[in-house]
Amino acid sequence: MPTQPIPAPGSHAISIRNLKKSFGSNEVLKDISLEIEPGEVVCIIGPSGSGKSTLLRCVNLLEVPTSGTVLVGPDEVTHPDADLDRIRRRIGMVFQSFNLFPHLTVLENLTVAQIKVLKRRKEDAIATARLNLHRVGMSHKEDAYPGQLSGGQQQRVAIARSLSMEPQLMLFDEPTSALDPELVGEVLAVMKSLANEGMTMVIVTHEMAFAREVADRVVFMDGGYIVEQGLALEVIGNPQEERTQSFLHRVLNPMVIDAAEVIEAEELSTA
Amino acid sequence: MSTQTTHPATEAAAPRLTRRQRARLSLGVQYALGIAVIGLLAFMTDWATFSAAFLRFDILERMLPRVILIGLVNTIIYAALAFIFAFVVGLLLAVMRLSSVAAYRWFAGAYVEFFRGVPALVVLFMVAYGIPNAFPGFQFPGDKYGMVMVGLGITAAAYMAETFRAGIQAVPKGQLEAARTLGMSHTRTMATIVIPQAFRVVIPPLTNEMILLVKDSSLVYVLGVTAAQYELTKFAQDFLNRSVNATPLIVAALCYLAITLPLSGLVRRLEARYAKAR
Repeated sequence: MPTQPIPAPGSHAISIRNLKKSFGSNEVLKDISLEIEPGEVVCIIGPSGSGKSTLLRCVNLLEVPTSGTVLVGPDEVTHPDADLDRIRRRIGMVFQSFNLFPHLTVLENLTVAQIKVLKRRKEDAIATARLNLHRVGMSHKEDAYPGQLSGGQQQRVAIARSLSMEPQLMLFDEPTSALDPELVGEVLAVMKSLANEGMTMVIVTHEMAFAREVADRVVFMDGGYIVEQGLALEVIGNPQEERTQSFLHRVLNPMVIDAAEVIEAEELSTA
Repeated sequence: MSTQTTHPATEAAAPRLTRRQRARLSLGVQYALGIAVIGLLAFMTDWATFSAAFLRFDILERMLPRVILIGLVNTIIYAALAFIFAFVVGLLLAVMRLSSVAAYRWFAGAYVEFFRGVPALVVLFMVAYGIPNAFPGFQFPGDKYGMVMVGLGITAAAYMAETFRAGIQAVPKGQLEAARTLGMSHTRTMATIVIPQAFRVVIPPLTNEMILLVKDSSLVYVLGVTAAQYELTKFAQDFLNRSVNATPLIVAALCYLAITLPLSGLVRRLEARYAKAR
């Protein structure tokens, strides 16, 4: 591969170059390149199995890419000698399934990594934790255990847990997909306020209304490629690519079943 | 085709019983059979001889209080010591079995397979007679107590390792990922996030392991212990030889139950609580 000009360190929040990822013979990511600027809010949309989550998980190396490079700020995450524990501290991550620590209280969930990883004093960690619980409107539940909270509350605590590490950017992997519909709004509201505060955010989501309103940029993925990207209003409001159009058509009009599409899909599956 | 047509015919020929009537008939037959067997046994037994063989209060009186102070107490001590040994070694083996170092995985796997497949009595003999011969001058700390701790603990550790491994693997992968994304190292993740959660899962099976150890402590009687080191079985056997009567065995059995029944009650309660917590 010809050496490409390497951007000045730190000029991008995230810089992904020629990223490929296979699980066995299944190639999930086929040559992805993407740059995300500091302060930018990027939503990644696309059908399930398109590689959105895998792409996100390659940024903090929860999945190890097959080839390609990922830079977070000046650090090359994909470098074999990268100090992942140090780099990951600066990258918050929010999961679909919340992944709060069930054996710890809400407050302990927020302080454990501050104390053990950042070596903060306990009082300082608690102060930071309380500040962030306040930000997500969960101050009243600091002594509760995760099992006693609703899904929306758990996800807000999970966001506060990430924020307590004072990350430079946040990754959201379908943060509202596991929630009951009436609980989605409270989580999206917290994410929106974070975006307004200038946090760099990469969000894999199916919430098109949220993407249109909050994202600076929308990236549409299908079949392991980035098919289309651009301003949120343009990609969602006026998609150029046919695959983007048909995906958005299906997502925005779930009750309209296109008979021709069904027949086409059946023919494909029997072929 | 023909078999299908005959089927309704035979059913029609048989006396028509509703499903409930059939169930009641089956239940009645089972009760009648059970009562007949018990009645027959009761009729054939000479009750005076029977109770004299199993329940003589004069023997019970002679056994008290030492059966409690020596037998029961030593049984608990042997089981507890072996449990502590097995707990530490088992946890170590479980972590080795999940290690990324192949040699550790191999060793832990071989250990588990070997000691699960060999009778506890054989292992106890190997420890009790093999180790002092192999290391001349070596003395188990606490003499027989140290010997039993290792001899029974080695086998129990193999079972506990598997319990711990299952417990660690029962912790969802997302927990590990969440901890790693917060910048925790693998070791720290294991220590602060995974193992504490695994413990909640393994407490019921560990209590079962404790019950098994209480019973396995009866093997100690083969080691030639002094009177002060007697556990329940050896204690009962001693009385059995002197009295030629089974009463000591009944007393020992009741003492074992006095330990194991509360433990199984504890397991049931813990399991119920764990089921609710999920």
